[in-house]
Amino acid sequence: MSNWTSSLIGLLVGLLTALQVGASTPADQLANASFSEKQTLIQTWIESDSSTALSVVQLLLDGRLYYEKNTNRLVLIDTHKTGQPLTDFATGQAGTIEKKRAYKRVSVNNTLRTFLRDTLAAAQLSDADPAVRLSSVQQMLGDLTPENADQIAKFRAQETDTDVVDLMDLALAIDRLDRGTPAEQAQAIARLADSLTVEAMNALRAVPANSPLASQARSGIQSIEHRRNRYKAVETLYFGLSLGSVLVLAGIGLAITFGVMGVINMAHGELIMLGAYTTFVIQQILPSQPGMALLISLPCAFMVSGLVGIGIQRGVIRFLTGRPLETLLATFGISLILQQAVRSIFSPLNRSVVTPEWMAGSWEINAALSLTLNRLYVIGFCLVVFFVLLTLLKRSSLGLQVRAVSQNRQMAQAMGVRSGWVDALTFGLGSGVAGLAGVALSQLTNVGPNMGQAYIIDSFMVVVFGGVGNLWGTLVAGLSLGIANKLLEPWAGAVLAKILVLVFIVLFIQKNPRGLFPQRGRAAEG
Amino acid sequence: MSMNKFVVVGLIAALVFVPLLNMLPETHALHVPTYAVSLMGKYLALAMLAVAVDLVWGYLGILTLGHGAFFALGGYAMGMYLMRQIGDRGVYGDPLLPDFMVFLDWSELPWFWLGFDQFWFAALMVILVPGVVAFVFGLLAFRSRVTGVYLSIITQALTYALMLAFYRNEMGFGGNNGLTDFKDILGFSLQSPDTKVALFMATVVALLLTLWMCHSVVQSRAGRLCVAIRDAEARSRFAGYRVEHIKLWVFTLSAAIAGVAGALYVPQVGIINPNEFSPINSIEVVIWVAIGGRATLFGAVVGAVAINYAKSYLTVEFPEIWLFALGSLFVLVTLFLPKGIAGFLKRKEALA
Repeated sequence: MSNWTSSLIGLLVGLLTALQVGASTPADQLANASFSEKQTLIQTWIESDSSTALSVVQLLLDGRLYYEKNTNRLVLIDTHKTGQPLTDFATGQAGTIEKKRAYKRVSVNNTLRTFLRDTLAAAQLSDADPAVRLSSVQQMLGDLTPENADQIAKFRAQETDTDVVDLMDLALAIDRLDRGTPAEQAQAIARLADSLTVEAMNALRAVPANSPLASQARSGIQSIEHRRNRYKAVETLYFGLSLGSVLVLAGIGLAITFGVMGVINMAHGELIMLGAYTTFVIQQILPSQPGMALLISLPCAFMVSGLVGIGIQRGVIRFLTGRPLETLLATFGISLILQQAVRSIFSPLNRSVVTPEWMAGSWEINAALSLTLNRLYVIGFCLVVFFVLLTLLKRSSLGLQVRAVSQNRQMAQAMGVRSGWVDALTFGLGSGVAGLAGVALSQLTNVGPNMGQAYIIDSFMVVVFGGVGNLWGTLVAGLSLGIANKLLEPWAGAVLAKILVLVFIVLFIQKNPRGLFPQRGRAAEG
Repeated sequence: MSMNKFVVVGLIAALVFVPLLNMLPETHALHVPTYAVSLMGKYLALAMLAVAVDLVWGYLGILTLGHGAFFALGGYAMGMYLMRQIGDRGVYGDPLLPDFMVFLDWSELPWFWLGFDQFWFAALMVILVPGVVAFVFGLLAFRSRVTGVYLSIITQALTYALMLAFYRNEMGFGGNNGLTDFKDILGFSLQSPDTKVALFMATVVALLLTLWMCHSVVQSRAGRLCVAIRDAEARSRFAGYRVEHIKLWVFTLSAAIAGVAGALYVPQVGIINPNEFSPINSIEVVIWVAIGGRATLFGAVVGAVAINYAKSYLTVEFPEIWLFALGSLFVLVTLFLPKGIAGFLKRKEALA
């Protein structure tokens, strides 16, 4: 009997299934379908009514689609608990969950989830917004299947946005490499070798070693790697420049107080810290406009640190003229007092300063290179501060007097320069610039009572390395030390790189005690 | 009574009376508890560091902001000996490797740990390592005539670089936890009160020897040359003296003294970690010297003990106040007491 009966039973089952399908809508079937049935169901559904089907796809991915166990009715539920609201999928009517157990989530497994995501991405290919189209191609690139490659090919013809076209071509090339004719494959390799993306590289790596195209693929990989490395070097340079700008910003105020006036101010780091805390306070006052607060804090930080600096000069340093080592000790004491003051007022914990929107994010130049905006702003800010200071010292009458006093105090006094007043203003200027550095630093690192100490040694190194009394030297020294640090980092690690740079400077000072650009002439003596 | 006599008499009195008073029954009014003995031992080890700094700053005019590094190097050498003495009593029970190495999955002892199971070797290293580092550093710095503030800043960079290096686990010195959990020294348990008193006495003797040695150096011809270099370096050079040589030898001697001070400090506090290298520690030593009185040697002892006592007291009773107090002390002393307590006493003597 076996053969005969089994085929009869098979026929009956088939008939029943067919009847059921004919009788109900796709929505009703979804509840009890197996994973593979769900997939075919959604596929056919999209062909008949794409907008409803796509909303179902989205709901399934979000895990918000449930069904009532008795009736197979589809409902939307946000929180699966007795008493919580629900919405009927078909009618949109609101209701409540009477019994938690009466509803069950429409289940999804990984294969199905991938399918759903691809389906959604394919649908987004026809979206009006180019950004949406771009991200959908990007999504498909992750795991390119023949199906969505066909989808991309379909939309490629009508695509107008160049970025999307590029990405689509890349996807198509990867697909052609996979299943095209040998001629197409060779073409695809040439196309992929032009790209910079990781996906292109992976696709080329997947070419089997025994294939006739293997050598072409290998040279393609090399070409990509070569160019990627070049961009990597540009990125390292950029990180180095941004670190260097921070060093220059931190050091340039010191270059004025130490370099021009010959005063060692160990509290310089704490003046930077005050600038950073000023930013924090102003953001607390204007919590809703972080960008505005940042701009306002620039002059405020300059004033706060500058006034504290003038206070230090008038109150302590003035009495220690000609005793550099004692000045060092006294200002170190002041740095301890300022640290503890901040700790007592703002707590010893780090404070977070908000980065305004226009400074967040990054500037993506191509697939291999993107530059973070906040660092770009810091580099620009550093250059602006530098050139303003340079002009001030070279062109203004204050600058003239400052230089006169620093070169020959007695002679300047004899010529009618009020040297005490010039000292105070110069010190205030250097301290104010430290405050500006603090504002910039608050966008890059934590604001805390110890942040000043972290920069004081670095700042001294920059000034001494560049040559005391020379603003250009400070700029060159800061930027080159920053770049050297970042170049060493990949193979030495961050801490060792820093140590190496320190050792290098110590050795350098032994060889050239007056820095990269030493002052010459009589002013250099002493 | 002059300050010198006061310090010497005080130290000898401490050497005799502290152990005696410690032996009194605990209920007795004059009993000195063992923890206080260790605390005093710690202060005196730091005083020794202050004497070392005074030798180069006071008499040679080199404001060193990195002497803490030599102190810590000596401390680490002693710490390595004490670590090896733990043997298989560590948490992991490895007979050869210290706990932190087992934790890092190291299979053998790094070469620079060899020999530290012998006390004589460790004692030699306590002097040799800081001495050699100072010698090389000084050779480079003095030969190229780096002076004044520049020298101060690169000494600070030296200790800062060492601190960063010792924080690295790969260095093989216990990373940021440092070396600790010591058990015994020369076979005597570090926990026992007798050992603690003995360590205190050793510290007092070492300090007395240091003072005697530095005093004779300062009183000698070389010492007078030091002062000459401090006050007019170029002139001394033109007079035909080898300024670099004398600077180098005094600097190295001072570093070796700092190393011994560190070695005496570590067993009494029971830990050594990279924080000892931090630049602020070295600067603090300078202020002890400044308060006691620069170029007096004995003043450095007074300054170190007084400030460290104040620190222990204030950080417990008024933790908020301590940095304010220390900071103000820096400012006030440099402004109003440029010659420190010793100078103040001398002025009073002269007036009387």
